[in-house]
Amino acid sequence: MTGAGFKALVKGKAVGELLRLGEPLSLWGGLDPETGLIIDRSHPQRGLSVTSNILAMPHGRGSSSSSSVLAEALRLGTAPAGFVLASPDSILVIGSLVANRLYETVCPIVFGVLPEGSTGLWMIDQNHVAPIAGP
Amino acid sequence: MRLTKSDQAMLDGGAGDAARTAMELLVAVAKSEDAPGLVDISAAHIDGGLYHGRAGLDFALSLVEGGGRVVVPTTLNVSSLDLLHPELYRGDSETAAAARLLMDAYVDMGCTPSWTCAPYQLIQRPGFGDQIAWGESNAIVFANSVLGARTARYGDFLDICCALTGRAPEIGLHTDEGRRATLRVDLQVPDKLLDDDLLYPVLGHRLGQVAGTDVAVIVGLDHRAGEDRLKALGAAAASSGAVAMFHVAGVTPEAATVEAAMAGQSPQRVELIDVVDLARARASLNHGEGPLGAISVGTPHFSVAELAMLADMVKGRSTRVPFYVNTSRDALSRAEASGTIAVIEGFGATVVTDTCTYITPILHDVRGVVMTNSAKWAFYAPGNLGVDVVFAGLDACVASAVSGDLVVGEGW
Repeated sequence: MTGAGFKALVKGKAVGELLRLGEPLSLWGGLDPETGLIIDRSHPQRGLSVTSNILAMPHGRGSSSSSSVLAEALRLGTAPAGFVLASPDSILVIGSLVANRLYETVCPIVFGVLPEGSTGLWMIDQNHVAPIAGP
Repeated sequence: MRLTKSDQAMLDGGAGDAARTAMELLVAVAKSEDAPGLVDISAAHIDGGLYHGRAGLDFALSLVEGGGRVVVPTTLNVSSLDLLHPELYRGDSETAAAARLLMDAYVDMGCTPSWTCAPYQLIQRPGFGDQIAWGESNAIVFANSVLGARTARYGDFLDICCALTGRAPEIGLHTDEGRRATLRVDLQVPDKLLDDDLLYPVLGHRLGQVAGTDVAVIVGLDHRAGEDRLKALGAAAASSGAVAMFHVAGVTPEAATVEAAMAGQSPQRVELIDVVDLARARASLNHGEGPLGAISVGTPHFSVAELAMLADMVKGRSTRVPFYVNTSRDALSRAEASGTIAVIEGFGATVVTDTCTYITPILHDVRGVVMTNSAKWAFYAPGNLGVDVVFAGLDACVASAVSGDLVVGEGW
């Protein structure tokens, strides 16, 4: 269940608790970069923090401003540690790339589908996505 | 990835630091998408002028410092400020100052200060088959679906990278294959519903939920789906989903028939939308009840035709609650010339340009719900502004304004 079939859209390494979104989230209008909290009122996981998580999303949604919001969240340290996207999304890719240029932040984005029931601590390393065994 | 000599020259810094940065980012994104190369674009629309924090400003200023100049005609999306009516802004002055710097940075790079989310309503707009790079989700879906121009979903930053280089990744909606409908949506509603303006944003809201990122062809609409109605449909679909293009069989330019929209292939998926689905979608846009606090219409920016329609409805009447009308400075000047704006202001409405009431602090302290005719406004305002929203048609918005209480139309 590790690694196979994933593709790095933005390369890098990250480790974090896996947060799987049941529905897509537009970061603009959906994530407060000041707090890292999901603020979209129609989202089932409203109120949760994405900070330092590996965020798994079905696909992006809505606004083209989401790149700005991701870059701002990376600047402020409230962003996810990395993303696992079930469909590629250049809006998130450019947000991560620009923040890296401006602030040297690292936020890898991979494209691929996680196995059902995945939870716990996960890592992203280039094209490799895997759970980290617990104690 | 295939690069031309001129692409490579930009990567080597031959066109300056900003063009090199833009080309590097563009190539990185194109590679992540497995694009075979880049295509020339003839226009761009930039969403990056709306202030979301220091990161966007830092990026724009770095491009200005690097000598960035757009190489294709480039319009600007809504910003955070109404430069024609600065007194409407109720946010803090520090944010306003930063927002203004951001706007100036994009103008400094040669962008046209159009400040509208509806660049397709400007006289100069892309035509059928034109390759363009547009930001702003509602503009993207309109350009692809209604104009037949070709743009992917460009986020902030990538849009200006395209404008500074005149290039875009040759993939997805820029290609014939990427524009083919893979989802067929069969709309089954009574014929008279096609005369109701409210059908279109509600259908769009539902379309976004069922389509996700897929290109759909809608079967069951006809010529009554004019530009303003398709605008409302697309804006809603691009909010509830990641819809960047849809076809309407028999209506939109790449869908003379449903078969044409699918390029002769079978749909990968078929969805039915009926009145029950629409009633549910409409109900999901209503978040509250209670006294009527304010009304906001014109998201996306009202066209000249919509301003005229509103003027017809409000002539000789007056509103009892704050009533905001969002439009572009271009539509404003054209509607001023015809006397439309005087009628709307005589009604007591506040005309907002250059920005929009759901993205910047303009509404006064609202006590009660805010009513809107925009599914997009209803979708985003609760999160952005913390207000409860009632979604209804423009006629119901005007009736409510005149009575001072919520008046919501009957029916589905």
